[in-house]
This record gives sequence, structure tokens and C-alpha cells, in this order.
Amino acid sequence: MKILATVKRVFDTDGKPKLTADAKLDVSSIDCKLNPFDEYGVEEAVRLQEKGIATEVVICCVGPEEAQKEMRTALAMGGDRGLLVKVNDTESLDTLSIAKILAAVVKKEKPDLVILGKLSTDSENNQVGQMLAELTGLPQATFAFKLTPDAGGWAIVGREVDGGTSDVKVKLPAIITADLRLNEPRYASLPGIMKAKKKPLEITTPEALGVSVKPAIVGIGYELPPARKAGIKVASVAELVDKLRNEAKVIS
Amino acid sequence: MSNILVVAEHLEGKLRKATLPTIGFAKKAQALTGGKIIGLVLGHNAASVAAELATAGVDHVILVDSAIYADYLAEAYAPAVAEIAKVKGASIVAAPASTTGKDFLPRAAARMDAGMISDAIEVFSHNGAVAYKRPVWAGNLIARETSTSAITAVTVRMTNFDAPAAGAAAPIETISLGFAAPDDTQFLSFDRVKSSRPELTDAAAIVAGGRGLKSAEAFKMLEELADLIGGAVGASRAAVDSGYAPNDWQIGQTGKIVAPGIYFAVAISGAIQHLAGMKGSKVIVTINKDGEAPIYQISDYGLVADAFKAVPELTAALK
Ligand SMILES: Cc1cc2nc3c(=O)[nH]c(=O)nc-3n(C[C@H](O)[C@H](O)[C@H](O)COP(=O)(O)OP(=O)(O)OC[C@H]3O[C@@H](n4cnc5c(N)ncnc54)[C@H](O)[C@@H]3O)c2cc1C
Ligand SMILES: Nc1ncnc2c1ncn2[C@@H]1O[C@H](COP(=O)(O)O)[C@@H](O)[C@H]1O
Repeated sequence: MKILATVKRVFDTDGKPKLTADAKLDVSSIDCKLNPFDEYGVEEAVRLQEKGIATEVVICCVGPEEAQKEMRTALAMGGDRGLLVKVNDTESLDTLSIAKILAAVVKKEKPDLVILGKLSTDSENNQVGQMLAELTGLPQATFAFKLTPDAGGWAIVGREVDGGTSDVKVKLPAIITADLRLNEPRYASLPGIMKAKKKPLEITTPEALGVSVKPAIVGIGYELPPARKAGIKVASVAELVDKLRNEAKVIS
Repeated sequence: MSNILVVAEHLEGKLRKATLPTIGFAKKAQALTGGKIIGLVLGHNAASVAAELATAGVDHVILVDSAIYADYLAEAYAPAVAEIAKVKGASIVAAPASTTGKDFLPRAAARMDAGMISDAIEVFSHNGAVAYKRPVWAGNLIARETSTSAITAVTVRMTNFDAPAAGAAAPIETISLGFAAPDDTQFLSFDRVKSSRPELTDAAAIVAGGRGLKSAEAFKMLEELADLIGGAVGASRAAVDSGYAPNDWQIGQTGKIVAPGIYFAVAISGAIQHLAGMKGSKVIVTINKDGEAPIYQISDYGLVADAFKAVPELTAALK
């Protein structure tokens, strides 16, 4: 079985964002990193390879030249080779554009399983996997916390959904998006990092894949959410109850 | 035509409350675009859902009743939603930002070649175009976006729009679409967390616990407090990962987004991913034994104390 695992280079959202005078995001002092949800996807692919179920794991990213760094981070966890679809300004691409590019990659690579993260932690779309499934005509199993490929060419996927969990069975090839309880991603080992440097990393472009994209969603600026102020500390349960009853009036 | 299609969410013959803020969003969008608000029910033996939806503030209801929608599958929903959007001339297709809406709507969007907005918290006019606000960066930034596609797909955050007032019953139209059931996917099971408490997303009060509680047993004291005040119980991701609470209780970037009147954060440190899910609460109360925990920075009332002592004491005081 061949697996394609996608990775996105995201902004590290642990820092507080700053805005420029024209309401754009000030990216000058923000670090980038591998999207945390993609670590779960890559880990799952690598585990399937270690179990002998996957025969090849390809790491794919749509992003700038610099994204090779995040791809190497993923390749240090495992996997065989990388495929970077180079775009200069990933920020201006919307999810449907990314999905169209990834659909061209799926057509070319013909994987049996595509594993994406469920969410980009910076732009928080939760869309690309589902769009890719439609564009490729493949079944989808999103928010996966359990993945069991069985022998008959199907996979059983446990999904985290509102109200509990749900199991679905999808015929391979299929599209899976990873949730955080799918596994515990490994830290890349030193030998892993050394090996990753030598793994092949092919660079292509949307044009070479025969895709031209025109984003439908256009950003018109950012704003900061209203700040919440720290309130007061109370000394006892009795004082807390008094405040809730008589000051906040949220409890009778 | 520029109608607004709202895809209803339902369970066991009842409209889910998550649908109502989406209709509230549609009302606001309608003030900008004109057209009708069309509610869509995809289901099996779902006439009761259509009837409930008809009085929930929509102008028109479409019921597509077929065995292929008996169990929810994105592969069955997406073609139906895209088809109805086309024949009914929708310019906006909206669904709740629930795990169901997030699952099928992007798939339907791709089918409609539509741009998509996730988790809309506001809709407004920008240079004559419809524009949206949505939180990104774990809630630390709000993006403003417009769409240039003929149809725009939107999932709507449950906490930011009011349910419209119930109105006179809108007409219900039954349509059959003739799609075949998908043959490359199968629904197997839904393991539901049964609870007599209100749903997290519309509870007026929430008592949430974190890793500091150290056991599932300790969550019982939160449940007791929640039951006393008619609230729901929530959890941090660390508490869920440790097996103290079911995944359905998780609040935050990867879990539920809540905005109750009062939120008790018990033994939760306040990581940004957790705050992303509860910052919109009206009053936040923190009980944590570490007075420096980041959660105090956004709390209205903080009590530095051992939860095992403070929570039972609080419950007793409120009885
Ligand atoms: C991509 C991503 C997504 C995430 N999504 C989410 C999400 O949706 N929701 C979420 O919650 N987290 C999420 N997280 C995890 C988040 O970063 C934190 O790890 C998590 O919220 C910590 O949970 P906690 O506060 O319960 O645990 P901790 O950070 O370990 O805090 C435990 C707290 O309990 C206190 N404590 C200990 N004992 C007691 C006692 N006896 N009495 C009182 N207080 C006590 C301690 O002082 C401490 O403050 C996500 C992380 C990532 C990387
Ligand atoms: N530029 C990209 N390159 C590769 N994969 C991506 C890209 N953008 C999104 N993805 C994948 O799609 C998942 C969901 O992203 P999103 O829909 O943006 O929240 C991510 O976890 C990635 O696996």
C-alpha cells in the first residue's frame, strides 16, 4: 500500500499576533513550523510502514521553497521521499486551490491512502481533506482517532464526532484526516534527522501538474479579538459564592 | 436569484439546536443579499424534522426523504446539497460548524466549485460584497474574508448568532433526487455519550475539569456541581487524553466552542488551545492550586485552592 501524507508549513501560533497599520498580519517576527495535526498524519503513515502494511510513504507539501524545512522534519520521522509543489505565496491560496493542487498530485502518485491533518492550526479551515476527497471522487473519513486497514481493500476508521464517536468503513483508495488522539507522534531521532537529509525531495509546480488556480476566498484584513481582562482573586469559597450571587448575578 | 440554503442538523427525529444559530446567521446575511432562506432536511422518515424547521425562522423548507440519508455520510450529503443549491439558486450554503457540518460542507463546496468560510462569527458588507469574520490562530486573531465564487459555503459558529424568533410555519416542499447510495463507504456505528445534562454548546453553565483532577472518579464532583446548577460538564484535552472524560466533553480548538453564562475551570492551566474554546463565556471562574496559572489572566474570579477541597465546599454552599 502506498500512502501520501500531506504537511503544511504553518505559522507558530503560540506567539501573540501583531497587525500592521493596514490591518495585515505582521509576519516579520513569527516562526513557522510543521502543522501539529500533520505530525499525527505522518506518524500514522510511518507506523503503517513499520507494520509492513505500507510499502511507500510520500510526504507532500504545497508551499514555498522554505517549506523544505518542515518536509525534512516530517521525513525525519520516517517516510521515503518528499514532493514539494512550489508556490510563492501560499497565504493567498484558498483551501479549494490547495485541494485542486493536491488532487493533481493524487492523480499522478495514485496512493492507496491519503492522510491529511484535520486542521491547519494557523488558518483553521478544516476543509482541505474533505475537498480533496470530492475532487478525487474518493470516500473520506475525517477526524480519525483510530485507523485499521483490513485485508479486503477497505479501512475501518473511528471518528471523533459531536456526541461521541462513530465508526465508518471506507474503500481504498480513501482520504483520511487525522485528529489528535490517533497516535502519539514521535520525536525525530538523530539518525532519523541524518537520514532525512539524504531522502529524495522533488520540487514541482502547479503548472507542471497542469493546474491553474484562482482563489475564490480573498482576505481583506485582520483584527484582534476583544481582550479579556484579568478579574480578581477571591480568598475563600464563601467570598466566591457571594460574588457570583451578588456581583456577577450568575447564580441564584 | 440569491437565496440562502441552510442545511439542518437533526438526530432521532428532532432538529438539533445547533441549526438555530445558523438560521440566525442566514437572517443577517439575508439583510445583505435579499432572497429567501431555504431550510434543507436530508433524512429518512424525517417529516417531523421538516415540520420543526418550518417554524424556526426559514421562508421555505425542502425535505429530501430517502433511506440513503438514514445514517449520516458526507458522500451522500454532498451531492444532494450541491444539487439543491443549484436548482434553488442559492448564493450562500450554510451549515452549523459542528463535526457534521465540517465534514460534508467542504465536500459539497468542492462539488459546487465554491469558496468556503469556516466558523463564521459575523457577516457584513464590504464594498458592496458580502464579507465574513472568522477566528483563526486559536482565537487570537480574527480574519475578514470575502468570496468571489457564485456560491459560498459557510459553517457557522454556534455561539455568535441568536436563534430567530419562531414564526408562522413556512411551506414544506418534498423533493426526491434519485442519487444512489455511495458504494465505497459504509456507516458502521455511532457510540453516543448518553447524558441527561444540557449539551455543552447550549448550556447556560459549564463546569470543566483538567488534568489536575487526576482521575475519572474526581470528575464526579464536577458532575454533582453541574447538576446542582443545571449545567454541563466539560474537560480539557489533557483530561480527555488521560481517560478522565469522554472526547465529546473536550472544549477548545479541537473540541467544542462554548459561551455559557458561567464557566468554571477546575484544575485547568489555560493553554491557548483551551482558551480558544471558552474565551467567549460571560463569567469565568477559575479554581486552581497554582496562582500563576495562565487561566487567571482571563478569569473574572479566581480562587487559588485545591480542587478536591474547594469544589465540594462550593457545591455545599450552593445547595
Ligand atoms: C494542535 C493542538 C490542539 C489542541 N487542542 C486543545 C483543545 O481543543 N482543548 C484543550 O483543552 N487543549 C488542547 N490542546 C492541549 C493544550 O495545549 C494543553 O496541553 C491542555 O489544554 C492542558 O490541559 P490541562 O490544563 O488540563 O492540563 P495542565 O496544563 O497539565 O494543567 C493542569 C492544571 O491543574 C492544576 N492542578 C493540579 N492539581 C490541582 C488540584 N488538586 N487542585 C487545583 N488545581 C490543580 C495545575 O496547577 C495546572 O494548572 C491542544 C494542543 C495542540 C498542540
Ligand atoms: N499548503 C498545504 N500543503 C499540504 N497540505 C496542506 C496544505 N494546506 C492544508 N493541507 C492539509 O490539509 C489539512 C487541513 O488543512 P485546512 O483545511 O487548511 O485546515 C492540513 O492538516 C494538511 O494536511
